Amino acid sequence: MSDAVVPHKTDAGAPAAHASASGWFTRVIESDLFYSFCRSKLTITAALVTLLFFLLAIFAPLISVQNPFDPAQLQLINSRIPPLWTADGQTPFLLGTDEQGRDVLSAILYGLRISLVVGVLGVAFSGALGILLGLIAGYVGGAVDSLIMRIADVQLTFPAILIALLVNGVVKSVFGNRLDAASMLGVLVLAIGLSFWVQYARTVRGSVLVEKSKDYIAAAQLIGLPAPVIMLRHVLPNTMSPILVIATINLALAIITEATLSFLGSGMPDTMPSLGTLIRIGNNYLFSGEWWIVAFPGFALAALILSINLLGDWLRDALNPKLR
Amino acid sequence: MSVRQNLLAAIVAAMVAVAASPASSQVLRYANQGELKSLDPYTLKETTTIAHHAHVYEGLVGRDKDLKIVPALAESWETLDPTHWRFHLRKGVKFHNGDPFTADDVLFSADRVRANGSNFLSNVPGDAKFVKVDDYTVDVMLSAPNPILISQWDGWYIMDKKWSEEHDSIAPTPASATTPSYAALHENGTGPFIIESHQPGVKTVFKVNPNWWGKPEHNLKEIIFTPIASDATRVAALLSGEVDVIEPVPIQDIQRVNASGVATVMNGPELRTIFLGMDQARDELLYSNVKGKNPFKDIRVREAFYKAIDVDLIKNRVMRGLSTPSALMIAPQLFALSKDFTRPKADIDGAKKLMAEAGYADGFEVTMDCPNDRYVNDAAICQAVVGMLARIGVKVDLLAQPKAQYFGKVLKPGGYKTSFYLLGWTPASQDSHNVLHDILGCRDDPKDPTRGEANLAGYCNKELDALADKILVESDTAKRDQMIKQAFEIAIKDWAYIPLHQQALSWGVSKKVKLTQRADNQVLLYWATKQEE
Repeated sequence: MSDAVVPHKTDAGAPAAHASASGWFTRVIESDLFYSFCRSKLTITAALVTLLFFLLAIFAPLISVQNPFDPAQLQLINSRIPPLWTADGQTPFLLGTDEQGRDVLSAILYGLRISLVVGVLGVAFSGALGILLGLIAGYVGGAVDSLIMRIADVQLTFPAILIALLVNGVVKSVFGNRLDAASMLGVLVLAIGLSFWVQYARTVRGSVLVEKSKDYIAAAQLIGLPAPVIMLRHVLPNTMSPILVIATINLALAIITEATLSFLGSGMPDTMPSLGTLIRIGNNYLFSGEWWIVAFPGFALAALILSINLLGDWLRDALNPKLR
Repeated sequence: MSVRQNLLAAIVAAMVAVAASPASSQVLRYANQGELKSLDPYTLKETTTIAHHAHVYEGLVGRDKDLKIVPALAESWETLDPTHWRFHLRKGVKFHNGDPFTADDVLFSADRVRANGSNFLSNVPGDAKFVKVDDYTVDVMLSAPNPILISQWDGWYIMDKKWSEEHDSIAPTPASATTPSYAALHENGTGPFIIESHQPGVKTVFKVNPNWWGKPEHNLKEIIFTPIASDATRVAALLSGEVDVIEPVPIQDIQRVNASGVATVMNGPELRTIFLGMDQARDELLYSNVKGKNPFKDIRVREAFYKAIDVDLIKNRVMRGLSTPSALMIAPQLFALSKDFTRPKADIDGAKKLMAEAGYADGFEVTMDCPNDRYVNDAAICQAVVGMLARIGVKVDLLAQPKAQYFGKVLKPGGYKTSFYLLGWTPASQDSHNVLHDILGCRDDPKDPTRGEANLAGYCNKELDALADKILVESDTAKRDQMIKQAFEIAIKDWAYIPLHQQALSWGVSKKVKLTQRADNQVLLYWATKQEE
């Protein structure tokens, strides 16, 4: 055992030592990951589409012709205009308007912002929660481990959307039915975060159990490092690659969950629609000849989810040593 | 895993296919956009709910296909003098559990409908005394003459005294109740149908009552009611034959249903008036950023709101032409002199000026309560209103909810918790007095506690109340109409409410089904016949 201590220790300390920018860039270019990324056209496309969606969301106010969240900018007289290329299309409504005179393209761009913000924050929240609990469970072990993992097991028996609906419902009944749009965002993040933490916790705990028995941890304990430092500085970095995969796939799941909640009417309000809300509104007109109200937000959501999922799939394969 | 999933999907699909196979003959499936929450007939005075209850419960009087009053549980009645009515009850009528129907049940129901938590307080005068003469005769003593006494009674259903007492349901279930009482989950009426099972928000099954006293005008053995909130799904269910009757057909789908060949849309003007109300009673609004005062107490703000709203635009865009903009709080069919009124045109600049004069040049914020499964395009109308008010600087926070939550919050049992709201009203008596009394009458009148029961806005003008009292007892139609006109003029001068329009009835009915459409929009399936298959 003791003969392996020295090489492992330098190994674990190595990533923190490099800092120069060019070194970082060279490492990315020379990495296996980048190599496999460049070899897959599908992955490159997916990455570009995802990037495009993020850019569209960030620059939404510059691109869109109106702010769909501002009722004063909506003209009822402009309601239900079909897309520009059809016979009755009107400028500047490229993808047509909905029944309130909301430009569908602008609504999608602003809706993307909500979907992505909720998705990213939801993943960050569930990730932080899951990693923390997983680390504690794995490192401390014993009764704490059992408690956290049993809670996780119980939660795993419920579909995530149920948990999200439950959290959403409880928060709403506590705060009454009135929540402004910003706090509604917070509620959604909370609901999604609380429904997805289990996967992180289980993965992290598993990795921690593997790493814990390794010699570099024993060495770190020997030199008297406190437990939180060992957990965060030494154990955590070695569990990151599965976490990265889960986070990517969960981003898509979180966006879907937000869209589902909004579609069911317990997410974003009609006056500040996310993609799910737009699909719910448009769904009423789906068979009535006004297909564009639901079709374009639907396409946008599908494209976004598909490209994030493709990225996640590729990442999982690329980080799996057995598939190399 | 994917094989197993496919298998599972196939099984589920097969099960759905079996469940949705063509309805057997004489079983009528009906879908409405809203759910049937409570079976307690005194919980919610709302047309759809009353119509559901009408299949299992009956009042002393009923209304026929033309809305004329007809005998129901009372076989006949007479006025011995203007303040003394006598009702002769139908003999041999049994409640669904077998209990006989007697005068005691009428007395019990009269107490229960006027007890705390009932939503039907104004249907039966609070000071009317019900006296049992014998088992099948009931006298009603009034403190003042009331020629339209029974015109409000078709929605007041008679309940079984013994059954209610046995099941701890003596008190009515308030609309704001969170735990349902026994009477809210079970029924025991005398009507032509019996509720066999009731899952609120999911499905309610009505079986025909073989012991009903009347002669059935239908050929049904069962009615299955399911709420389908989504417009598109409801229409798809009708067109696929999964349901036979839907209400309402969303206006964007009327053409498609008529062109389908399997169903038609029954259209007609509805007596319901859709309007907006503004809380004028509280010293400070419950939901607003204006503190220490209530902007709606300022008549200029109310006028500005009125003038900011373009009903013609709502008619053309949101209602697709299927609404009649209204200047009055009552439908023109119910008031002969409606033609004398015209609605002021929308005037944004004028509205802005009024807001500035009132000291709200930059507007203010207010929350609007709106149902989203009650009236035709209700939530869409509210959103349009939000947009129109944004133009005069008012930031409206829209809270659109299903009617169960909405009514529980804004109606009297919920404590009128609203600052600005959309509501629809059909006078149960088909008469203006009901509007003047229930909606335009002052709340908290010590002499008449039921006055202003549906006056969520808390509008109050004693002059109008005095007129309403005179209208109640006036029997000369021409004179009465002039007084009604005068009363409505007062309300308009005060900018009491913002009437929007009368919506159009639109029922989707399968070609296999024949149905009677009443102008009060009650879907009454005991007049339905379904073609045998």
